[in-house]
Amino acid sequence: MFLSHQHQCWFGAEFRRFSLERSKPGKFEEFYGLLQHVHKIPNVDVLVGYTDIHGDLLPINNDDNYHKAVSTANPLLRIFIQRKEDADYSAFGTDTMTRKKNVLSNVLRPDNHKKKPHIVISMPQDFRPVSSIIDVDILPETHRRVRLYKYGTDKPLGFYIRDGSSVRVTPHGLEKVPGIFISRLVPGGLAQSTGLLAVNDEVLEVNGIEVSGKSLDQVTDMMIANSRNLIITVRPANQRNNVVRNSRTSGSSGQSTESSLPSSTPNILANFLQGEEESDEEDIIIEDSGEPQQIPKAAPTSESLESLTQIELHESTQNGFLPSNEMNLNHSAGSISMEYEVQDPDPKSLEEDGTIITL
Amino acid sequence: MRRFLRPGHDPVRERLKRDLFQFNKTVEHGFPHQPSALGYSPFLRLMAIGTRSGAIKLYGAPGVEFMGLHEENNTVMQIHFIPDQCQLVTLLDDNSLHLWSLKQHSGASELREEHRFTLKGPPGSPPSATQVTAVLPHSSREVLYLGTESGNIFVVELPSFRVVEDRTITSEAVLQRVPEDYCNRRSCELVEALREHPKNPDQILIGYSRGLIVLWDLQNNKVTHHFLGSQQLENLYWQRDGSKFISCHYDGSYTQWPVSSDNRHPEPLENFVPYGPFPCKAISKIYWQTTKNGLPYIIFQGGMPRASYGDRHSISVVHGSQQIAFDFTSRVIDFFIIFSSEPTAEFDDPSAMVVLAEEELVVIDLKTAGWPAVHPPYLASLHCSAITCSHHVSNIPLKLWERIISAGSKQNIHYSSMPWPIDGGTNIAPDPPQRDLLLTGHEDGTVRFWDASGVCLHLLYKLSTVRVFLTDADPNDNMNPLGEDEWPPLRKVGTFDPYSDDPRLGIQKIYLCKYSGYLAVAGTAGQVLVMELNDEDAEHVVDHAEADLLQDQEGYRWKGHEKLRTRDGPVRFEAGFQPFVLVQCQPPAVVTSLALHSEWKLVAFGTSHGFGLFDHQQKRLVFVKCTLHPSDQLALEGPLSRVKSLKKSLRQSFRRIRRSRVSGRKRRGGVLSFTAWSMQSPDYTVQEANAKFDQDTLQEMELAPVQRKIEARSAEDSFTGFVRTLYFADTFLRDSSRHCPSLWAGTNGGTVYAFCLRVPPAERRMDEPVRAEQAKEIQLMHRAPVVGILVLDGRSNPLPEPLEVAHDLSKSPDMQGSHQLLVVSEEQFKVFTLPKVSSKLKLKLTALEGCRVRKVTVANFGSCKTDDYSENDLAVLTNLGDIQIISLPFLKLQIRYPCIRKEDVSGIASCVFTKYGQGFYLISPSEFERFSLSTKWLVEPRCVVDMPEVTSNNHVHNKSGMENAVRKSSTVLWWHKVVKHWNWYP
Repeated sequence: MFLSHQHQCWFGAEFRRFSLERSKPGKFEEFYGLLQHVHKIPNVDVLVGYTDIHGDLLPINNDDNYHKAVSTANPLLRIFIQRKEDADYSAFGTDTMTRKKNVLSNVLRPDNHKKKPHIVISMPQDFRPVSSIIDVDILPETHRRVRLYKYGTDKPLGFYIRDGSSVRVTPHGLEKVPGIFISRLVPGGLAQSTGLLAVNDEVLEVNGIEVSGKSLDQVTDMMIANSRNLIITVRPANQRNNVVRNSRTSGSSGQSTESSLPSSTPNILANFLQGEEESDEEDIIIEDSGEPQQIPKAAPTSESLESLTQIELHESTQNGFLPSNEMNLNHSAGSISMEYEVQDPDPKSLEEDGTIITL
Repeated sequence: MRRFLRPGHDPVRERLKRDLFQFNKTVEHGFPHQPSALGYSPFLRLMAIGTRSGAIKLYGAPGVEFMGLHEENNTVMQIHFIPDQCQLVTLLDDNSLHLWSLKQHSGASELREEHRFTLKGPPGSPPSATQVTAVLPHSSREVLYLGTESGNIFVVELPSFRVVEDRTITSEAVLQRVPEDYCNRRSCELVEALREHPKNPDQILIGYSRGLIVLWDLQNNKVTHHFLGSQQLENLYWQRDGSKFISCHYDGSYTQWPVSSDNRHPEPLENFVPYGPFPCKAISKIYWQTTKNGLPYIIFQGGMPRASYGDRHSISVVHGSQQIAFDFTSRVIDFFIIFSSEPTAEFDDPSAMVVLAEEELVVIDLKTAGWPAVHPPYLASLHCSAITCSHHVSNIPLKLWERIISAGSKQNIHYSSMPWPIDGGTNIAPDPPQRDLLLTGHEDGTVRFWDASGVCLHLLYKLSTVRVFLTDADPNDNMNPLGEDEWPPLRKVGTFDPYSDDPRLGIQKIYLCKYSGYLAVAGTAGQVLVMELNDEDAEHVVDHAEADLLQDQEGYRWKGHEKLRTRDGPVRFEAGFQPFVLVQCQPPAVVTSLALHSEWKLVAFGTSHGFGLFDHQQKRLVFVKCTLHPSDQLALEGPLSRVKSLKKSLRQSFRRIRRSRVSGRKRRGGVLSFTAWSMQSPDYTVQEANAKFDQDTLQEMELAPVQRKIEARSAEDSFTGFVRTLYFADTFLRDSSRHCPSLWAGTNGGTVYAFCLRVPPAERRMDEPVRAEQAKEIQLMHRAPVVGILVLDGRSNPLPEPLEVAHDLSKSPDMQGSHQLLVVSEEQFKVFTLPKVSSKLKLKLTALEGCRVRKVTVANFGSCKTDDYSENDLAVLTNLGDIQIISLPFLKLQIRYPCIRKEDVSGIASCVFTKYGQGFYLISPSEFERFSLSTKWLVEPRCVVDMPEVTSNNHVHNKSGMENAVRKSSTVLWWHKVVKHWNWYP
């Protein structure tokens, strides 16, 4: 099968069309080389993007999203190339193509952008994630699940919680039930700087465990126990800022529907928790006053595997927490944060979590 | 296939769990908190105590005890046993009356509330008209006479509590033939006392508060005698033959009155103010006891000279020329005399006086010269000095047990040898499975050794560490401050003394090796004492060493208390545990952890600054390690100690004031000491009631919402260097081929230190020094306090205690397979491999459940079905008061039981687990609740009470209605305490 590719770049809008074999797309590096070759710009750093089936402009910068892009070709795939220095990162994201009437018009009329001062920021891979909104596809629209990455930052988490009450719809009508709310954000703290949490947001879950029925002190302890990788599900006090989904079944671009099927849930959960297990497996050991080292994981014996599995399954019965392994790229209006989900719970994420500890 | 089953669904394991685990609260040890009423049945020989939280507890022979609880949780004001019945009536402060009886129910009997009743007046009458002030259960067992504030006496039938209106004794009827001028001066007012004539059940003596006393004839419904008292009346008591009675009064006087058929308005025989002539306090209760030799015993409560001794809580016993005013350290609630209850006996011949004071029970032997105290087998005042820590040792070898008892018996020589006089019922509980010791450390520097094997928590031996130190306490201050010739002839009795002279003496940690008899205790001012059991008195010098835990730190200033000064030269110690080594930590902060290895002869101790290891054989400090973060000013300065010293100065100023209401005081608690007892009630249901109350108050408080800061723990937090746990292990620390002795320490900041030790072999033990070298340091990234460290052997069994193997009581640990290290933090359980530390397993308790580990112990659980199966699990108490059992080595949650209210911080802090799945926690400053997690070891009361045969000549009832009384024949009642019972089912 042949695919048609349209290339657009604005070193003065050049268009190229070429074909690739869908079944064997190859690696991103090769593709990047191919693009440079086709456009005869061998030494120019470029940003590569494509429009997905929803019309969102999404980046291509690794094998995974490259393969994803190729798989969405129908049969044509539109690829956009920008010189890195002039790159307009804001062009990427959900609804980019519909929100801005036409991404092409933006891209093709660079004058519009010249009015704004350019902010030179690094590539996403140069960042550590500090927070993300996750699981948009499986949560009710009124809820938001926020992940705060405490590691690698000196910023305090910087928020306070309090008791309060919220109104729930029950079979007996409206009922006032006790709840836990965010009471204060510390200026300059992680929670405030993400913009994803606000005062009076109701806390519903902490790392997948429902807080209803738990006391303020219990929830405090749970949050502190999870403070290195805190995932809080909130019902934002201001629902206008929420992600509003349109008729599409899935709010996040590139979300494949089968991954949220209930049948696959335990797997995902187990994987997720496994990943989470890994993420804080970072106790430090100093042997004979040598250098501090991370404590490795023991090769699991069959016995311990059994027990691990059981513990995790036990957890699953409690939380019903459906994390997603898919890449989610969502803008919530007004958000100023970088939002990237760590894609795979593979050893890479372990590396990322590595923290330098002074003893 | 099993691994794919969901947890909790393995039927084999589930069945096994039911054979292993079961939760019961079995018995309450100690002295009821806030007692408010006392009752005694000479017929059943049972004593009843009511409390301010509405509990009633009955006690008989040792082991015979059970309790009930009034739903209202109101203060029990009065308790009256129905004569010759297994029934009693209680009066609460809400004016309700309750009839309790012991009834058999499906093979077991319990104390049950049968009826309740509140006296109702006619509409529109004031509440005082029916406010009950005096209760008389008539010997007919059919009616109760209820004296009220209005002066009327109502008659109610039993057990129905139906008011018999036509028999009401109105004050008008009583006043009919009282002289006019007397009537004018003193109206009837409140009924203070009702007493049935000892020989004639048709006559009752009625005493009114203003002083009028009348003898009422029940047959003819009229007054037969008037006794015109001139003083406010407090109480009445009949002489045994009914020819005289005695009244006691508000002005500290008592009066004898003759009762004869020829004089209907007799004058008093004698009016006497025993502690006059200056104004005296009221005599609130009086006994007149006849004896064979003719000299009566006059026993009365109060009556002390108002100005000089008005603050004393005294009961005076006068017998001929002998007179002693027993002086109690807390308010006297009530007392009774045990005397011959045989109706045919001619004299009372009192044998013992039982006094319920606010904080303790005191029994005085009246038969032995000098009236010594009797050592009670139960109702021990655990809090005679506030409990600061406790330590439980299971399965004590007989030899050590006997030596402790022998040391204790030498301390008890001043007690009477009289057998315990309250001996109703029979204990039929099986003998305790083993000899268990509970050691409690106290604020005054003492350690008490309790026999915790059975239902009765019994004091075996008391150890004082005070002798080692120079304190500002005056040794003669407490005992008999007055000479023999002093007046009044006060004699201090009881053991309750809440005033510690020097809070630095407080005991914080205890470790007893049951095989060697070595005991280590550590206290508030950084003192660590190692002791040895000696059966003889001895005089010797205590070796003294100092451990500077801040070696590398400079430029700090300790602002806490000073270290204790020691006595120079030899000190005389009585038989028992005698200290031979004292190590004092510098700075003298409270010792937060302690471990003793009796085989290696090493003791390890930790404070908020670091930890040290001391060789008590060579008497040499092996090493110290500072764990303090340099910026941790709070720990450096010792803020807890500043609180303590404030407390000390306050206490010293209050010392001589001897407040009567000691129980109500609030205390300050430290992080690790648990002296901050909240006010609690002696029963779980009461606790629940209180919990509800707490919640209600909490809800009110929520109007001003509290907020909690969410922040990751950091290395810069305060008190991260606080040493929480110390552990000795013979394990593979460096390589997997050689094992060696090691010392492990865990801190508040989530750090674990492991030191490799070299202990010379026994033959060169005194010649070569013990060496230590740091081998590992583990930093848990979640940085939660490390509360437990444990090494599991090659078979995943916890390593045995020192000397356990040498005494053939444990299999040798498996030193072939690989060992594992279990680190328990407040938040997580983690298993690491050894010697190369890699993480193997974990259970993240807090992340999952929002609770934190407060106490953790390895416990051995035996199956109730087969004798040959037992397993080791972790017994865990969380900050929510739940108990969880977690399996070893796979860290799977087995079972969870709610145990302590989560608001009950001091209860949770005081909890100790035993090695066989039982535990204790304080439900009040003076009471331990005992619980069991095991199906196999269950110590709970089980007793029989034979109702004695009612002799036909006991009482003569000549009233037609009373003749119909159905006499109960002898009944055997099987009682056992109602225990709250949670059985776990999936």
